[in-house]
Amino acid sequence: MDLTYTDKQNAFREEVRSWLADNVPAEALQTFDTAEGFAAHREWEAKLNEGRWGMVTWPEELGGRACDLIEWLIFEEEYYKARAPLRVNQNGIFLLGPTLMEYGTEEQKARILPKMANGEEVWAQGWSEPNAGSDMAAIRSTARLEGDKYIINGQKTWSTRAVWADWCFGMFRTDPDSQRHRGLTFILVPLDTPGITVRPIPQLDGLPGFAEIFFDNVEVAVENRLGDEGAGWSVAMATAGFERGLMLRSPARFQETARRLVELYRENQAAADSDPAVRDAVMRAYLDAESYCLTTYQTACRLNKGGKIGAESSTNKIFWSELDQNMHATAMSILGARAELLPHAPDARGVGSWLDGWLFAQSGPIYAGTNEVQRNIIAERMLGMPRK
Amino acid sequence: MDFTFSEDQLLFQESVKDFLTNEVTPERIRASWESDDGRDSALWNQLAEMGLTGLTVPEAHGGLGMSELDFVLLAQECGYVALPEPLVHTAMVAVPLLCQIGGELADLWLPKIAAGEAKVVVGLEQNLLVEDAHVADLLLLQRGDSIVAATPGQVELRHNESVDPSRKLYAVEVSDSATVVAEGEQAQALVTGALDRGALGCAAQALGLAQRMVDISVQYTSERQQFGQAIGAFQAVKHHMANVAVSLEYARAPVHRAAYSVAAGEPIASHAVSHAKLVACDAAKLAAKNCIQVHGAMGYTWEVDLHIFMKKAWALANTWGDAGFHKTRIGEHIFAEGAVLGAGATF
Repeated sequence: MDLTYTDKQNAFREEVRSWLADNVPAEALQTFDTAEGFAAHREWEAKLNEGRWGMVTWPEELGGRACDLIEWLIFEEEYYKARAPLRVNQNGIFLLGPTLMEYGTEEQKARILPKMANGEEVWAQGWSEPNAGSDMAAIRSTARLEGDKYIINGQKTWSTRAVWADWCFGMFRTDPDSQRHRGLTFILVPLDTPGITVRPIPQLDGLPGFAEIFFDNVEVAVENRLGDEGAGWSVAMATAGFERGLMLRSPARFQETARRLVELYRENQAAADSDPAVRDAVMRAYLDAESYCLTTYQTACRLNKGGKIGAESSTNKIFWSELDQNMHATAMSILGARAELLPHAPDARGVGSWLDGWLFAQSGPIYAGTNEVQRNIIAERMLGMPRK
Repeated sequence: MDFTFSEDQLLFQESVKDFLTNEVTPERIRASWESDDGRDSALWNQLAEMGLTGLTVPEAHGGLGMSELDFVLLAQECGYVALPEPLVHTAMVAVPLLCQIGGELADLWLPKIAAGEAKVVVGLEQNLLVEDAHVADLLLLQRGDSIVAATPGQVELRHNESVDPSRKLYAVEVSDSATVVAEGEQAQALVTGALDRGALGCAAQALGLAQRMVDISVQYTSERQQFGQAIGAFQAVKHHMANVAVSLEYARAPVHRAAYSVAAGEPIASHAVSHAKLVACDAAKLAAKNCIQVHGAMGYTWEVDLHIFMKKAWALANTWGDAGFHKTRIGEHIFAEGAVLGAGATF
């Protein structure tokens, strides 16, 4: 065990830091849940990609730097410290990208990955349906193979980024007689295909961060199938695995929230201490964010040495999502009567982006498999408790 | 950056785990509760034969010369079996303190510890009482600004019974004839170091205790039938256990980091230890709370083994610095002017 960075790692950190210092927009971009904000974030993805910082863990021939997981964590630390824009194409680069590299054909990789990397094609997810939420195997949207095309019918919902995205990926039932997780196929669909209707759904903040997608005899070329027909479930599980994993929710984001929470507490200490629970909650937030970081580094080092991620990765999603909620709840307590004010309200002094963060934190324990589903997975697959 | 244990460290952990789970059974622990001094000298001799009493004793003094980092995985295993013998205290606290005091005292006692011929215990004012003072051949005691070394003839002991029958605790009156071995700032630094190591030992044992309580409860809830099925198939029961698993999963790395930090003498060692002690003991306390619940009335009995582990977890949570002590140290670190926190500040 050696918990110091190598010279190479330190040099890498310096390189990331200096590029971000020169390139991160001085003024924060508008949220990507608006049309202008979405466009600005797309441009930022292109700029990152030009500097070969778009997806540093990807191979060099795809514009990456073939970084290992420790370098990835370092990159993320600098990225969040620099308050660089959120990643508008995270569905693509963090979820579909790695899945494509594992299951895609050479043609698919060459056609899809470069445009994903430079933000030219932004991706939305198409998992849930009105009657297939936590129970994803209840999917009913169909794809019928006719010649060299799939004809897709049905409805997807809670599709993050779908309002302005270019493509979506999801699972469709290709075998009409199949049950549950059998007979599903993973298909990539251009969102401008005739027969598709995207209906925005305003989120808790009033902005259309997700949408419903209706498919009415939508024709999709068979080249857009990922993996074998009927093998959609195992392809999707790989994607969900990445989603829960450390790529998407690296610790830096939560450590920076914890740091800002400590700052917020110090700036408002006299008022905050009127509730003695607040100081304790601030300390707990800091410790939990550090625990998350330490555990992630330990896992990353183990994986770098050839170890495998097991069912214990389901603990990850519960830990960060509840940490995020707790941190924002504490910030709301510190802000007291100002906490409910929108940032532009005339008397909203010093509220920062805490309210936005608080609203967003409500979604963490719900999306990507509710925390209740994760707890079942932990109990059954990690601890070996009986299913029935 | 390499946050993994070496093959050797992991193999050593495995062999100690095998030994302890075979030898230190709940039956043997219950038998030790019935013995006069509550200690099992045959077991201590076995531990010495394996080199465990001398693990952190320098090779020059007949030990294995290993560090707190080498020992931390073994301390977890001591927790897993709720070992009553003061092995963690010896290797993690007494031996390093003796090494730091050095001189004739170290030359005399370290080889005896390694050989399993003597027990040395440490009493700090942070702890109300001294563990295993009744079987100690030498006591190193904090007295105000100094540390004194006392032989059994120089102390009067008053036994205090603990909720954990395995813990033997004593109030110690020390005679003025005890030898002062450190004073002033030097003594203060030694006390801080000893307290950190003691707390690290508790944290590592807490991980093992929590894991054992989970294992016992998974087995019990997989077998116990109600409403026509194993109770472990009910979500409410599953989620109790999953919550412990999450808490435990994120407590391990902080403990390993603290062990590294202490062994490497990092400036943040005390802070890392307080972090580890808080989260590991929280995990163990949650394990105790949820595991007794899923056992139902059986968990409330003396007969079921769960309480052996539960009671030790409760005791360790408030010794070698209770939560208030460790939170105060965390607060001093993170609320200090100019504290460097956030992304990239962990290592």
